[in-house]
Amino acid sequence: MAVFSIEELNWLRPAPSDFRAKLRALDPTIEIEALVELANHALDLNKLTQLNRALGKVDPAQAKDAALSSVRLAVLADATTEYIAPAIRASALRHGIFTTLYVPDYGQATQEVLNPESGLTSFGADMALLAPDCRSLGLATVYMNPDNAKAAVDAAIAQIRSLVDGLKRTAIPTVILQTLPIPPDPWCGHYDRRTPGSVAAQIAAFNEDLLDLAEEQSLTVLDIATLADTVGRSRWFDPAYWHRAKLPFALDCVPLYADHVARMLGTLRGKARKCLVLDLDNTCWGGVIGDDGLDGIRIGQGTAEGEAFLAIQRYALDLKTRGVVLAVCSKNEEDAARLPFQKHPDMLLREDDVSVFIANWTDKASNIRHIAKLLNIGTDALAFLDDNPAERERVRQMLPEVAVPELSDDPALYPTALAQAGYFETTGLSADDEQRADQYRANAARSVAMETIGDYGEYLKSLDMVCEARGFDDIGRTRIAQLINKSNQFNLTTRRYTEAEVAHMQQNPDLFTLQIRLADKFGDNGMISVMIFRKGTEDWICDTWLMSCRVLGRRVEEAALGLVADAARQAGAKRLIGEYIPSEKNRMVSGHFEKLGFAKTAEEADGRTIWQLDLAGYNAPAQLPMTLNSPPADAAA
Amino acid sequence: MTREAIFNDLNEIFADVLDLGDLSLTEATIADDVEEWDSLSHIRLVVSIEQHYGFKFTTAEIEALKSVGDLVDCIQKKTG
Repeated sequence: MAVFSIEELNWLRPAPSDFRAKLRALDPTIEIEALVELANHALDLNKLTQLNRALGKVDPAQAKDAALSSVRLAVLADATTEYIAPAIRASALRHGIFTTLYVPDYGQATQEVLNPESGLTSFGADMALLAPDCRSLGLATVYMNPDNAKAAVDAAIAQIRSLVDGLKRTAIPTVILQTLPIPPDPWCGHYDRRTPGSVAAQIAAFNEDLLDLAEEQSLTVLDIATLADTVGRSRWFDPAYWHRAKLPFALDCVPLYADHVARMLGTLRGKARKCLVLDLDNTCWGGVIGDDGLDGIRIGQGTAEGEAFLAIQRYALDLKTRGVVLAVCSKNEEDAARLPFQKHPDMLLREDDVSVFIANWTDKASNIRHIAKLLNIGTDALAFLDDNPAERERVRQMLPEVAVPELSDDPALYPTALAQAGYFETTGLSADDEQRADQYRANAARSVAMETIGDYGEYLKSLDMVCEARGFDDIGRTRIAQLINKSNQFNLTTRRYTEAEVAHMQQNPDLFTLQIRLADKFGDNGMISVMIFRKGTEDWICDTWLMSCRVLGRRVEEAALGLVADAARQAGAKRLIGEYIPSEKNRMVSGHFEKLGFAKTAEEADGRTIWQLDLAGYNAPAQLPMTLNSPPADAAA
Repeated sequence: MTREAIFNDLNEIFADVLDLGDLSLTEATIADDVEEWDSLSHIRLVVSIEQHYGFKFTTAEIEALKSVGDLVDCIQKKTG
């Protein structure tokens, strides 16, 4: 493969030639993993449609068993959606999501949103995708008078705003907006961007206003304008099919569009990847370090090949800048593999950019599993870049949950594959993201410190921990939402809330919320724990209690309980009620409430347990190995 | 291209688009004869045929299609 086609999803493997036969041979009611495996190929619209049909036979309960998160999605579009909806549903499997869709009839979207009696209201969506078209928003007409152009843009934004308000009334917690692509045919040509009355200028102004609206209301944005630019607007728009069937964009672009919708659903459900695992030989530099030696490998300015590998390293570092953890997994002698990082003057990647460095002759799948373990994250949080097709295939077979992009023969296109696959999609950036790689490295330093000190209590004291706790606020909001959506292991209830929902919680007087940060002498861990309690007169009920596994065993949970107990007592409550909902990944906290002195009051058939702590009999731990800074309880509440 | 070769292509494309088992189209086959061939799948059919042969139909050509035989005529004309 010497070309890389974005609209054909070339970071995915080509579909098997007997795709339809394979699909027909499956029993979708029991082989949902096999459906996910098929979804992980580059599928055209016909294949997506076939896969969607098989998905129709799957029971949502089974999807949950297969570790797919469920999303009830309302697709609210002005144009024809019959082709988009099945494609979204099938593509969602690729991103760990099982969707149930609600798609109003053609032209009914606005009415459905504004009518409280509509099917949309009774559907009970978790998320709504607003996918308007410039032609139905009144942005396809040109004006000589700038005032008229401004009025058209304002009216279009007002229409979106009223839909967003309507969706809020429908209690749909998460709204995804789309920017509008600019149709390719100009009006005045090169002057279009300079005259407000052109369609190009109106749509550009609309998109700016839309981003402001999203910022103001913490909404998610799918940047379809940029997506259309990426494939080319003259390919994206297809006037013949707009006239024939009101298709908002070319049918060939539906698989790409659907994958972008699906990756956003996955991201909102915390499925984005956290770590990039890099092979070395012929992935990070040209040649084989063990054979070619330090002066034989191709890396650096001066040759096209060396610059191409430099660009891969640059992209990996760009990811690290926003909190993606980097790891190395290479078949090499470790000394040889580390040599370029230490000694080669042209290398951009250095040893301290890499959180886990594994070079040996063991099978890569085992090494990748080991990397996940050392980082305390799931293997489903990894993406693996390797030029060798055999290694890629092996890792896919052993660890189908690891994202492994297909690569073209030309290393110049590796960054494109990695970037276009969208493994590290995000809905927001926080200050914590910037520090994450340092935090993972500091963690390794702590493990070494513990080995030398020996006594665990002494070790904790030696860390000089400072714990900061306060209620939810604007500054913490993005990170709070990230933790709520990403934490799997130390998470008692695994309830997911979007950033917009977290914003509502800040204002809700019936909730007691806490965000907790922890620093120590090795570094700042940033925000590491989030709690939400529902306040009753007698009982305060734990809705959410989660903590980052990075700070496991640091007694933060005891400090946190002390804070909640204090606040509850001051409010006159008698008891704290805890709830443990078992998931695939949170077994480590099944005994959490018991350890903290709660008594079990109920155990459900599905494994859910309910716990109770009488505040009268509770004594906060006398000495915790940390300085605790928290505002008075009433302020925190 | 021979009509036979085009029929072979179309049988495959129709099966893929309509997600049906083997089917054998004839000159006289019309939409009403085939399960799943409705106005929506018709658009996917047209686009899949365009992708397969690497040409585009004009709107007038599409509107003139009444049967599979017409479709084969049109493909023959366009592929020369």
